[in-house]
Amino acid sequence: MSWLNRVRNSLPFGSKRETSDHLWTKCPNCSQMIFSKEYEENLYVCPRCDYHGRIGADARLNQLLDAGYDLLAQPVVKEDPLKFRDSKRYTDRLKQARAKSAHNDAFSVGAGTIEGRKAVVGVQDFMFMAGSMGMAVGEAFCQGAERALRDRSAYIVVTAAGGARMQEGILSLMQMPKATVMTRRLREAGLPYIVVLSDPTTGGVTASYAMLGDVQIAEPGALIGFAGQRVIQETIREQLPDGFQRAEYLHKHGMVDRVVHRKDLRSELATILDYLQPAHAA
Amino acid sequence: MTSYLEFEKPVAALEARIAELRAIADNGDLDIAQELQRLERKSADLLETTYANLSPWQKTQVARHPQRPHFRDYVAEMFDDFMPLGGDRLYGEDEAILGGFATLNGRKVMLIGHEKGHDTQSRIRHNFGMGKPEGYRKAIRLMELAGRFELPVVTLVDTSGAFPGIEAEERGQAEAIARSTEACLGLPVPMVATIVGEGGSGGAVALASAERVLMLENAVYSVISPEGCASILWRTGEKAPAAAEAMKVTAQDLAELGVIDRIVKEPIGGAHRDPKTTAANLSAAISEELDALSQMDSGQLKLMREERFLAIGRF
Repeated sequence: MSWLNRVRNSLPFGSKRETSDHLWTKCPNCSQMIFSKEYEENLYVCPRCDYHGRIGADARLNQLLDAGYDLLAQPVVKEDPLKFRDSKRYTDRLKQARAKSAHNDAFSVGAGTIEGRKAVVGVQDFMFMAGSMGMAVGEAFCQGAERALRDRSAYIVVTAAGGARMQEGILSLMQMPKATVMTRRLREAGLPYIVVLSDPTTGGVTASYAMLGDVQIAEPGALIGFAGQRVIQETIREQLPDGFQRAEYLHKHGMVDRVVHRKDLRSELATILDYLQPAHAA
Repeated sequence: MTSYLEFEKPVAALEARIAELRAIADNGDLDIAQELQRLERKSADLLETTYANLSPWQKTQVARHPQRPHFRDYVAEMFDDFMPLGGDRLYGEDEAILGGFATLNGRKVMLIGHEKGHDTQSRIRHNFGMGKPEGYRKAIRLMELAGRFELPVVTLVDTSGAFPGIEAEERGQAEAIARSTEACLGLPVPMVATIVGEGGSGGAVALASAERVLMLENAVYSVISPEGCASILWRTGEKAPAAAEAMKVTAQDLAELGVIDRIVKEPIGGAHRDPKTTAANLSAAISEELDALSQMDSGQLKLMREERFLAIGRF
């Protein structure tokens, strides 16, 4: 951000943070300066190049659910069970992430309706420690599924994650089977489970609940994969193909049902819910 | 020829000296039996204390030891009548993951596991134990078959991770792993998984989402390799020993965390020094677990398996 912000920040009114963060946004893809209000109204999609920006949990829930939805309480889990410390303490990293977020961890759940159809929506927030899956994320995912089971409604999950949360070691890995227990229970109960893959969804998250949807939707341009691109390149020492691990690439290879523009997502989900009515009574 | 790990150098020196003395004793009539005996005892003691105090990083090296027994070795030592079954019926046959009918102490089971290979040629053939989607889809097929015909499922997990490659991604590596985990969780028959070497991330979980999870004494099981973790969090792979320590990757740590149920003893000096004894210990442990599980019906088994994973992270 350039002279504009320098000038803006030197103005005596308003906090610096507000002016630089909120008035203008630079598109990470085409570098266009967008009036933030316009960007927000466009669902954080660049009006010039259609780049789908990363969005937080609340913004996503507000986009998808009808107003007045019920935000589930964040689960309480064991914190820092390994007393993990790399260059920083894990507890300090958590504190930092929480200071920047309205939530306690990277997965939030809203229960309500989508254009009048009953649904529970879970959202993974990439802005919170890269959306990484630890015990809090796994537990919140499961509580969302439990709510759907109780309400006999569909469970829709919007994924975004760099992978598992390394600071929780093996306990983060164990969230893969843990979440999968719940996707199985949804299926046994005859309830639909729908996944929306957003940018980026990789690692252990992709290799568990993010790929087990009855219907798999991806946002345009989203990076979706199991292994990281650098790891693949180091292993095979070949050039990666154009568009590799992007939503459109996955669609071409039969890994997702649809690539859906964010402006159409809400109505598409509503249509899918019309077709996937809960199969039988509990 | 034993190949020695870095921290085994003092043991290596002693064993070399013993071999030398033995050659002299065999050739001449010099009486050095006593000296030999003394050295052998010293060497055995040193090996024992070394292995009793392995750091997580040293254990990682033992788990990856080139001479460590792998799937095929366990098949030869522990199982009768192994009949490999091949292919996923969708794309191909992946020899990184092997599976088929086998008999364990008189009990018919479905045996599935990673095979790393033991020399250059076989390592390439088995892709160093790094499974591709077709490998995991073969495992799913075999698990479903086992479920229908009431064969308990026994898995031997030994992989650095699922294969990271262009084609694996294109054919849905993530989906295959997720479905394989799902297949484990849905089994109506007993499932006992053992981490025999490396339990590397999702590629391991896909074959280890069982109601009973065992680990060999010097095996490791982790969400990412210590090198990978170090290069991300410390920004240098050289911090791998610290990462191994911090992540808690050893059988002893994981038993304490409640992630595994049982540690299977290895002979002193690690499984590679005595594969026969290792296999015998493993065979007895798995059989015991299967005996106990065979008392339960399919509903109880599934519930037990589900609850085990749901409990992780809950108070």
